[in-house]
Formats: sequence, C-alpha cells, structure tokens
Amino acid sequence: MIVILLDVAGRVSDQTSTSATSVPCVIAQGGAHITSVCSAASSLHIQVAYRSILPILVLVIGALGLLAISAVLPKRSRPGFYAILTVGIGALALAASVWQWHDIGNLETHVPTGTEAALTYRFAHQLTIGGQVFYDRFSVLFMALVSVATILGAVTSDSYLRREGLDGVEAYVLMLMAGTGAMLMAASAGLITLFLGLEIMSISLYVMAAYHRRRTQSGEAGLKYFVLGAFSSAIFLYGIALVYGATGSTQFVEMAGFLGANSLINSGVLLAGIALLIVGLGFKVAAVPFHFWAPDVYQGSPTPFTGYMAAVAKAAGFAGLIRVLDMGLIAQQANWRPAIWFIAVLTLLVGSVMAIAQRDLKRMLAYSSISQAGYVLVGLQAASSTGTAGAVFYLFTYTFIIIGTFAVISIIQGPGEARNDLGAVRGLAKRRPLLAAVMLVFLLAQAGVPFTSGFLAKFYVIQAAVQRGQYPLAIIAMLSAAIAAFFYLRVALLMYGSEGDVPVDSGASAEAVRAGGSTGSAGDASTLAGLAPIASLDGTTAVATLLDPPDVDEPVRLPVAVVLGICVVFTIAAGVSSPMIDIARHATTLFSIS
Amino acid sequence: MRTAGFPLLTFIVFLPLVGAAVAALIPSSKEDRLLMPVALIASLAEVALVVFLVVDFPSGQAGFQFVSQHSWIGAFGISWKVGVDGISLFLIAMTALLFPIAMFGPSLRGNRKAFMGWMLLLEAACMGTFLSMDLFLFFVMFEVTLVPGYFLVAGYGGPRRNYAAMKFFIYTFAGSAFLFVAILSLVILTAPANKGHETFDLITLGRLASGLPHADQVLIFAGFAIAFAVKIPLVPLHSWLPDTYTEAPTSGSMVLAGILFKLGAYGLLRLGVFLLPRGAADLAPLLLTMAAVGITYGALVTIMQKDLKRLVAYASIVDVAFIVLGFFAFSDQGVSGGVLEMVNHGLTTGAIFFLVGVIWERRGTLRFSDLGGLQKPAPILAAIFLVVVMSAVGLPGLNGFVGEFLVLVGTFVTHRWWAVVGTTAVVSGAVYLLWAYQRVFHGSTSEINEKFKDITWREIGMVAPLLAGIVFLGIYPKPFFDRVNPSVEYLLGHVEQVAPNADVPSQGSSAIKYTVPADQSVDASTTANVGPGSSASSQQASAKQASGGGK
Repeated sequence: MIVILLDVAGRVSDQTSTSATSVPCVIAQGGAHITSVCSAASSLHIQVAYRSILPILVLVIGALGLLAISAVLPKRSRPGFYAILTVGIGALALAASVWQWHDIGNLETHVPTGTEAALTYRFAHQLTIGGQVFYDRFSVLFMALVSVATILGAVTSDSYLRREGLDGVEAYVLMLMAGTGAMLMAASAGLITLFLGLEIMSISLYVMAAYHRRRTQSGEAGLKYFVLGAFSSAIFLYGIALVYGATGSTQFVEMAGFLGANSLINSGVLLAGIALLIVGLGFKVAAVPFHFWAPDVYQGSPTPFTGYMAAVAKAAGFAGLIRVLDMGLIAQQANWRPAIWFIAVLTLLVGSVMAIAQRDLKRMLAYSSISQAGYVLVGLQAASSTGTAGAVFYLFTYTFIIIGTFAVISIIQGPGEARNDLGAVRGLAKRRPLLAAVMLVFLLAQAGVPFTSGFLAKFYVIQAAVQRGQYPLAIIAMLSAAIAAFFYLRVALLMYGSEGDVPVDSGASAEAVRAGGSTGSAGDASTLAGLAPIASLDGTTAVATLLDPPDVDEPVRLPVAVVLGICVVFTIAAGVSSPMIDIARHATTLFSIS
Repeated sequence: MRTAGFPLLTFIVFLPLVGAAVAALIPSSKEDRLLMPVALIASLAEVALVVFLVVDFPSGQAGFQFVSQHSWIGAFGISWKVGVDGISLFLIAMTALLFPIAMFGPSLRGNRKAFMGWMLLLEAACMGTFLSMDLFLFFVMFEVTLVPGYFLVAGYGGPRRNYAAMKFFIYTFAGSAFLFVAILSLVILTAPANKGHETFDLITLGRLASGLPHADQVLIFAGFAIAFAVKIPLVPLHSWLPDTYTEAPTSGSMVLAGILFKLGAYGLLRLGVFLLPRGAADLAPLLLTMAAVGITYGALVTIMQKDLKRLVAYASIVDVAFIVLGFFAFSDQGVSGGVLEMVNHGLTTGAIFFLVGVIWERRGTLRFSDLGGLQKPAPILAAIFLVVVMSAVGLPGLNGFVGEFLVLVGTFVTHRWWAVVGTTAVVSGAVYLLWAYQRVFHGSTSEINEKFKDITWREIGMVAPLLAGIVFLGIYPKPFFDRVNPSVEYLLGHVEQVAPNADVPSQGSSAIKYTVPADQSVDASTTANVGPGSSASSQQASAKQASGGGK
C-alpha cells in the first residue's frame, strides 16, 4: 500500500510540470505530505491528532463507560439514569465539536492567498491520522449534527422506552455507537475509513430497528434492514475495490488527483465502481430505487429510533456521498451528475406520490423522508459549493424536524405503538392544542412553507440547481413539493378538522375515483385498490374509513416537551435568519474546487 | 424616493402579525373577554397606520416612498426591503379596509380564536406582498398567504370545504413552483452583470434584467406568467376558483376575492412587466387573448349559474380578466384603469360577498330557485345590493364605470380587436348581474321568504365604508389618479425604453418621462395622464377627455 501511495505521489508529481490544472497541483502537495507521513510510518509510528476525532472519542468512550457503569450498578437503577448520561455525553461531544470549529478557524487564519496555494495549504493541514481523517469544518459540522441528534434522540427515546418497558443501557450504547459510525463517515478521508464508519453505524442501527422485543414488526424491520443493508455494504465494498483498481488509491485526495491528471483509456472499471458506490450509499440515504427497505424499517422500528435513524443515517450517508462524489470523483462529475440527476428525480416523485397512498403515519413519513432525500440529491448533483452548502443546511435542519415529528408520533401512538394510523391524529387540536401546533410546524416545515427551515433548505438546493442551469430539475423539485403538500396538509386537516366533519357527497367520491384511477395507472397495479379511497383531494373520504382517535392520551413529560420546544424554535429560527446557512457555507468552502 | 425615519411600512406588515401572535396566545379561559378587543385593536390600528400612509403619500411622484431596508440573508443578497408607490398604495388601503369588515362583519361558527389569528396573519402576508421590494420577500409573503387561506377555507367553509381548500392550496403551490424557479433564474442570470453578486432587489434587478438575452427574458416572464395566471386566475387555470369561493366562509370569500386575487395581478405588473418588459411584450398577445377568452367564457359560464355565490365567483373571473386586459394594453389609461379595477373589484366583490353572506345567514341557501321576491321583506338590503350590483355592472357615477372605461379605451388605443371583445363584458356583465338581482329580489315572495329579516344597522355599518369607497371613486377619482398615474407612467416609460417591441403608444415623450424627477408635482389628472406634447398623446388626450366627461 505504501509503495503504491509513494508511486502515485511520484507519478503525479512528475505530471504537474506538464498539466496546468489546479487539482494536480493540490495533489502534488497533498501527495508530498502523505509521502512524509509514509516515511515516518516506515518506523511504524503514525501520529494521531486526537483533536481531530475528539467528538468521536467522546462518544466511543461514553458508550464503553455506559456499559461499564451498567455492569457495576444494581439491576434496577434509577429510571432515566442512562438517558441523562447519554445526554451528557452528547453535550460533551457537541462542546468538543464547537471547540473544533474554532480550532480550525485558528488554523485557517493564516491561509496563504491565491486559490491554489490556499487549497494546498488546507489539504496539507486537514489530513490527519495517517491521512485517513479529514479535520475540516465539514466533518466538524456533521459531528455537531450527530451530537445534537444523539441528545434529542436520547431524551425522546427515554420516554418511549420506559412506557414500553424496554428501559436499559443497551439502547443508549447502540445510539452512541451509531453516532460514532456516522461521525467517522463524515470525517473520512478515504473509502476504507468511510466503509468502517458505515459498518459501525449500520450494525448499531440494525439492532436498534429490532429493539422492541414484543412487536413482531420490529423484529421484521431489523431483519429486513440487516439483510438488505449487508447486501448494500457488499456492493459498496465491491465499488471500493473497482475504484481502487481504476485509480490506484482509496484516498479521496489522491483519487481526485489521479483522475484530474490522467484520462483513462478505458474507464469501464471506474464507471462500474462509481455506480456501485452510489448504490451502496444511495441505499443508506434511501434514494429511489434503493429505498425499498425504508417503509418497512421506519414502520417497524421503535418510533424515536426511527427519528434518530432518519436523521443520522441520512446525514451520514449524504456526508459520505459528498465526500466521495464532490471530492474524490469530482473530475468524473460529467459521468456521475446525470446519474444523480436521474436518481433525484425518481426519489422526489416516487417519495411524494407513494406517501399519498399511505394510511400509516410512520410509513407515510418514511416515503416523505425519501422525498426529502431527493432535495438533498438536487443539491448534491449541482456539484458546486452552493449545492453542497444547501445539502448540508438541509440535513442539519431536517434533523430537528424529523426527530421532532417522530417524537410527537411516539406520544400520539400510545402504549405498544397501538395507533400509528392516520386516525390517531384526528381531532388532536381539540384534545391537545399545543401538541397539534407543534406537529403543524413540523408538517409545514416539511412541506416547505416560508418562515420555516424547510423552505430555506429547499430554496438553497434549488438555487444551486438553477445556478448550474438545471431548470427542469428545479421545476420538478418544486412540483414534487406541491404533491407532497397534499399529504402533509391532510394530516393537518385531520388534526384541525372537527368531529362531525365527514360529509358524504357524490362530487368528492367521483373525484376520488378519478384521482385514484389516474394515479393507479401511473403506479403499479397492486396499489390501485389502496389508492382509490384515500387519494381524493379532500381527504375526507379517507377520514370516513379511519378509526376513531384513541380515548386516553399520554401526558408529555417535561424533557420531551423541552426537546420539542428546541426543535420548533430551531425550525422557525433557521427559517427566518441567516446564521445557519453561513455556517453551512463555511463548512463547505472546501468543495468550491469544482 | 423618500426614506422615512420611522419604518412605517415595516410596522404595517408586523402589526397584524403581532396581533395574530397575541390572539393565539390568549388562554381559552379568557378568550371571551380578550379576543375581540385584541383583534379589533390590531386591525383598527392597522387602518390608522394606512390612513396616515395615504395622507402622507405625496401625489404626483413616481418612485417608491417610505422605503426601509435591512439586510436579511446577506450571503445571497436578500434583504428586508419594503416600499410603496402609486400602484400599491391603494391596494394597501383596500386591504386595511376590507380586513376588519371581513373579520367582524359576518357571523362565524367554529373556533373564533384561530379565525382571528389566521385572518391577522393573512393580512400581514398580503401587506408584505404588496409592499415588498425584494423578490425573495415577495415570494415568501406570496406563499405564506396560502397557509391562512387554506385554514380559513378548511376550517370555516361550506360542506365541501376540505376539497376546496386542498385544491386551492395545491393549485397555487404548483403555480408557485414556476415563480420560484423564474425568480431564481433571474437572480442568477443577472449576477454576472452585478459584479457576480446575486441580488433580489427589485430596483436593481429592473436595471439588470434588461441586459439579459431576449429568449431568457421571455422564458422567465413565462414562469412569472404561469404562477400569477394561476393565482389571478386566467381562464385555463381557473378551476380552483369557483370551488374555493363557493365553499369559503363569507369572510374568507371577501378577503380571497377582494385581496388574494390582486396578489396575482399585482405580481404580474410589478414583477412581470416591470422586470421583464421584453418578455411581457412578446407574450402580451397571448395574455390579452387569455383575458379576452376569460371575459367571454367567464361571462357565459356565469350566466348559467344557479347559485348566487357561485355566480359571483365566476363573475370574478370576468373582472380579473378585465384587469389583465388593461395591463397588457401597455397604455397609460389601460394600466391606470387596470389598477383602479383592482381596487374596484376589491370593494365591489367584498361588498357583494358580504351581502351574499347576509342572505345566507338568514336563509341558509343561495340557490335562485329558493330565493325570490326578497325586496318586499327586505327593501334596504335590496337597495344596497342594487348599488353594489350597479357598481359591478359599470353604471356611470360609480367606481366600476371609470375603471372599465379606462381599460377599454386603453386597450382600444393599442389592441383594437381585443377591446372589441372586452366590450362584450359590459353587456354580459349587465345580463348576469341584473338577472341575478332580479331572481333574488324581484318576483313573487314565497312563504319562507316572507319572514326574511331586513339588513340590520350593524350590517349596514359594516358595508358602509365599502359603499363610500364605491361612490367616492366613481364621482371623484382625481386623488386616486394623482397618485397612481405617475407610477404607471414611470412603469410604461421603463417598458418602452427597455422593450422596443412593446406597443407603448406615447412615443417621443417616453425619454422625458423616464427621467421625470421624483418630486415633479402634477396638479391635474388630465396633465398627469398625458405626456408633454407628442403626436400620439393627442389621441390619448381625447380619450382622457372622454373619460373625464364620464366622471
């Protein structure tokens, strides 16, 4: 390996004299840097810059510490104890990542002027731990995201786990480990580290999906996620092998350098490798057509875990995609951008159309989150710093929205996840006005209504698409938002509609048949029967066949209320002010090379 | 351009918003005592602010007044920038006037607190749309109107309210997709000309957009046109309208028809025509044709309606088509007339929907077959209704006449045959409205209708401000035109300068007009209308004289 690295570095250095593009220069320096690391490594001493993986260390040590404590403590410890510890660990990780952010700022203060020189400098300083980890603001921002998700997830899970009688240390350990993997993915500087993070995260998530022992659906979700996930990991691994074969490296910087400096005579292996990488990561972010696991897993997993999964796995998957595509394979953008374009369109449309046909809240949100991933793909396919910043902003704000939404659902559904159907939210505004208002904010944010973060997030990614001249994609994305508005508003309507609100008139049902017919013919025949009654524009036909809302309501515990408050405040604050996008732009200046 | 020290316009946008927030926070135990005072204070204070604005607004000036600006999302050149000019001034006034009437006039069933909150939020968003001088702000406000609009229809409407509300939301949301992409394209394509900085500022974009390639301008304008044609709505895109207006509660119909309509028409003028005159000029024949089709088709469909509210809803299609006809004539009279028609339509339709609501509250039905002979039990209601109907028909002496006449004259100057089609609206409008009046108020009085109670003093008080506006604008529209015309002339001067392909009639004078200093005072409506001595303006002057005689 070292020999190959040296070889590549040498080769690239030779070529810099002949080619004048910016990327090879960068790589020549980056390569030179790695060369020095490698020569140091000949004495098998790799310098570990602990500061670059501080939040990861916090989570790992925290997870191990939790396990150790649980072994010492008596079996029946104080309920909520582990949750408090997890929140503390998450807060510590968050503090560490905030510190990192400033630390990097200090490093960057004396960046030499001139684009090429600046980039060279950055790469040289940002590769740490044997060139395997990136210490840049992009990774730090994702570490902060995962820390925040861990804090929010731990609080919402605590309430749920106690209600379901599942309280124990394992859930929190798994959550912390999943977070570790996600952070590692975002910080990875090469495909191997990326794969390492992917596996750490995925395996924890498989177990989390199956965590509810008494619900068969949960076990089914875990098994499905595991089988399909293992399959996708294998595909991803194969992709790594092929890309390595084509470029001679698994390090993003070197891949970019090699591809920027050389044109392959026969790029078949590389293209196949890129395709497999996209499939592997596309599976993690639930992009169509690799999304088939998502509805089942979202529906079956314990509700707060679903929120955590939707936030963290998606963010980490996209962080990986951005690292691989926008960094390692940026020279190949002419080849992967059309693919991502196509996947984005499919994801947007299939997600929002299929969500309309769902009667289960969690399943509906699964399709909705598929559709949301489509917007991030829109930002990704722009392959520009604006697009990447938009995608990061999207993921960060979506974390709050989706964890909040699933927290509300876990309150509504009642013990044993008895009620996940749409009927459960019926008349919620009457019974619990505050909870309904909170849910309304999340729904409107997901629909992309102004003054919520969801609107600005869509604005940024679509702006990036327009910047690259992708007008059709921009229009498709906005139209898909209009389709999606239907099912978000339907939930709002059910919450705010009054009880005697089920009129039966021929016009609406005629409309229902028409809408059902047209959508059904576009989709597959098996969904036709399911669509017909529910796809009417007013949603009332669907209401008529829904179950009554639950009789007893579970009270909202204070920590959960605080978490919901934080999510709402963030969703609105990020929707009306600009600091968050400035942070996202800071974090992605790296990707302005394109 | 006046930049007031006191950010009056910002207050106008935020006051109802604060009112909505306060109303939403009132605990339900104190709702009976606190809700109405809060809503009343918020909406009346808003009226006071707007009255101050109208009084303080200098007549005879073309530029934006009371501009205040704060950076919002600096990285993308987005700012909070609000300003008012002659075109938006009276739309603001109409909004401020119509909202309190719609909020407190019609009786209401359902959650009052939510209703007041949504109405105030809607008022804030409408004000924001009319006042914004930043395209991002405009889009945001334009979109925000949908949410309260949706909940007002879905929460308080008729039997098929859910269907109507959903249709309204999805239709407009889909239309906005094009607006969104059009705005972004405009901003991004003009960035290179602005030293690479993206800006959403209306004025700056107005300057930069003229440098875009012709094809781009046409495409971007087409994006605007689609979005606003859905909102207005122009005929092939109108199918959400009858459902929404029929199912909406009385108050909802009043503000939807009176104000939300205008957002589209206003946007078409402010964004479409001002920013992309070349695109507007190229697509003007298409839009004129859509308007003409809307006038004839709308009139035919309206005549066939069997329900009073649905009839008024369809009649609105004709009225807005008329506004668009005036705008795209690109003549002073046409555009000024179109602006007046916007205000007219707000007053008249607001009043009609209010009176229709009065009938609905007493009778529970609006089918013509159930009504009839109401004049006998309710003579005062019949009289007021007749005045409003006459205003809509265009009786000289009421506001409708002035606007209709100016639009027709203005269109005739530049697009003769479209004007001919437009004239049929005068006839057909009389047919369906008077026939509707006849079927509701004349004829034999059935037994149930004998017990029909006449309009109360409270209700008269509610509709009185609208009637006053109707009569005032009909008899003495000079103060209106003094303030509107300079802005319209400025706009047309800009169109003519940028787009040689537009048929702006008063050539020669345009260069002078375009550089008219903002403080130039104009003392008579006739001189304000006519550019200083040009060959084409004599034609205008005669037309103006004719309209003046009509007044």
